[in-house]
Amino acid sequence: MSEQHIKLPEGSIEKTTTTLNLGPTHPATHGVMQNILELDGERIVSTEQTIGYIHRAFEKIAERRPLYQITTLTDRLNYCSSPINNMGWHLTCEKLLGVKTPKRVDYLRVIIMELSRISDHLICNSIVGVDAGAYTGFLYVMQYRELIYEIYEEVCGARLTTNMGRIGGFERNFNDIAFQKIEKFLAEYPKVLKEFENLFQRNRIFMDRTKNTGAISAERALNYGFTGPNLRAAGVDYDVRIHSPYSSYEDFQFNVPVGTTGDNYDRWLVRGKEMWESLSIIEQAYQKVQEFKGTEADVFHADVPEYYLPEKADVYTKMEALIYHFKIVMGETEIPAGEVYQSVEGGNGELGFYLISDGGRTPYRLHFRRPCFIYYQAFEELTKGAMLSDAIMTMSSLNLIAGEMDA
Amino acid sequence: MALTNEIIQKRLSEKFPEQLSGFEEPYGMLTFQAPKELNLKVLNFLYDDEELKFRFMTDLCGVHYPNRKGEELAVVYHLHNLEDNVRIRFKVFTDINQPDIYTATGLFSAANWMERETYDFYGVNFVGHPKLKRILNVDEMDYFPMRKEFPLEDQSRIDKDDEMFGR
Repeated sequence: MSEQHIKLPEGSIEKTTTTLNLGPTHPATHGVMQNILELDGERIVSTEQTIGYIHRAFEKIAERRPLYQITTLTDRLNYCSSPINNMGWHLTCEKLLGVKTPKRVDYLRVIIMELSRISDHLICNSIVGVDAGAYTGFLYVMQYRELIYEIYEEVCGARLTTNMGRIGGFERNFNDIAFQKIEKFLAEYPKVLKEFENLFQRNRIFMDRTKNTGAISAERALNYGFTGPNLRAAGVDYDVRIHSPYSSYEDFQFNVPVGTTGDNYDRWLVRGKEMWESLSIIEQAYQKVQEFKGTEADVFHADVPEYYLPEKADVYTKMEALIYHFKIVMGETEIPAGEVYQSVEGGNGELGFYLISDGGRTPYRLHFRRPCFIYYQAFEELTKGAMLSDAIMTMSSLNLIAGEMDA
Repeated sequence: MALTNEIIQKRLSEKFPEQLSGFEEPYGMLTFQAPKELNLKVLNFLYDDEELKFRFMTDLCGVHYPNRKGEELAVVYHLHNLEDNVRIRFKVFTDINQPDIYTATGLFSAANWMERETYDFYGVNFVGHPKLKRILNVDEMDYFPMRKEFPLEDQSRIDKDDEMFGR
């Protein structure tokens, strides 16, 4: 009967799959990236990712900039946790220059880095909720990301692209309001996080959506170069903070939460647990910072006159300070030759900086190891044979940040 | 017994006598070079050896040295032994006119995009790569932008007339 009534175009009956463009500006991609899905009904047959929509050639630009100007480029990698990128870059420079930072600087950095880890995980976990249809949690915790951003504001003046810190320490000491806000955060946030977990953790719908979707084995995850919470969710306890401690992380007591199945639910749980660990690290670091009294409490940078901008008052009155100021601002300081790899535990994995210097004023080559660029390759394997709706969940629980992926 | 740089160097020198060169330890990380034909053999050895176990590829990137005749392009591998927590760096140099290097995708799935990125920016041709095409730049691009012959714009130039941005 259908032959009489419906005239299908020639050849259309042979094609049994549908091609669907997910992105680059789809609300569920949370960033500019494209997935070309080949669908059989609602099942995914194959995936192809296209990235590079916001490629800004940071590595090339960095080859012309003095060290301190590169900090602003690192802001724009993983913009959910810019301070970690900033600190990672400063640590790289300090390693190359052989600068040893005072303990107080290390602890202040730890506070900032853990705050930004919380804000990063907070966004990721609540966005997983949003993609599952639960908007409440997202709105609820956003207030505390705001509080974290206010702390950044007190420390460096900026909120999102922070450009925080300098080679050797911070540009200024933390003020009292910053400490008060950190105290407020420590006092109020645990209750909020608990409430947030109550909303999701044992929620039937949320569990059904996330369990057994986007799973990866530990072996495959390692082969794909997974790092950070995504690797730990698969059961590998690799954490840069433990394996190659930087910024005095060895002085802190914390656990590394691991999952078992590596699915979306485990990734969510690992991030949630990591926020608790970060809170405890911030508390410890805050205690340690409070122990510095008198002149020790005024230490906020190391003594590196060639790279650390002098006090403005000194610039006007002292010859040496004036010379250093001029040389730093004009980018006329020669960097020692050498090559160094330094990595930090970023919000979504091991963020590495590979810096080659030939003794000039700018890096000869700078390469960023961007964690989500490396693990996004696994997306095809993670979603093969899954439903379209699972692919959406997988994409958000991987914590893909387009700015970092495209560099 | 902890795995030290000396042990790694000894094991490598035993396996590849007089083929590896340039052993150094900048900032504590063992670094060495290999002839480009050997890159897969070295990677395989580092992966399979029961003592070395370098089974995690941290990073892969390219570097351009225009002044080194016959070995202008370098590919740098950062490998990590997660059990003993040791990192090494390993470099392969190639002629820019014939930049063929064997792909590491068979060993590390992670190498896939990193090799595409290296191809995209430096034009290193990874032989055997399943899908070697540009990744961050547009497909139509006909040059390799991270090579040193493409300098960034001189920031002090004054010959530009751009009223919109007031330069």
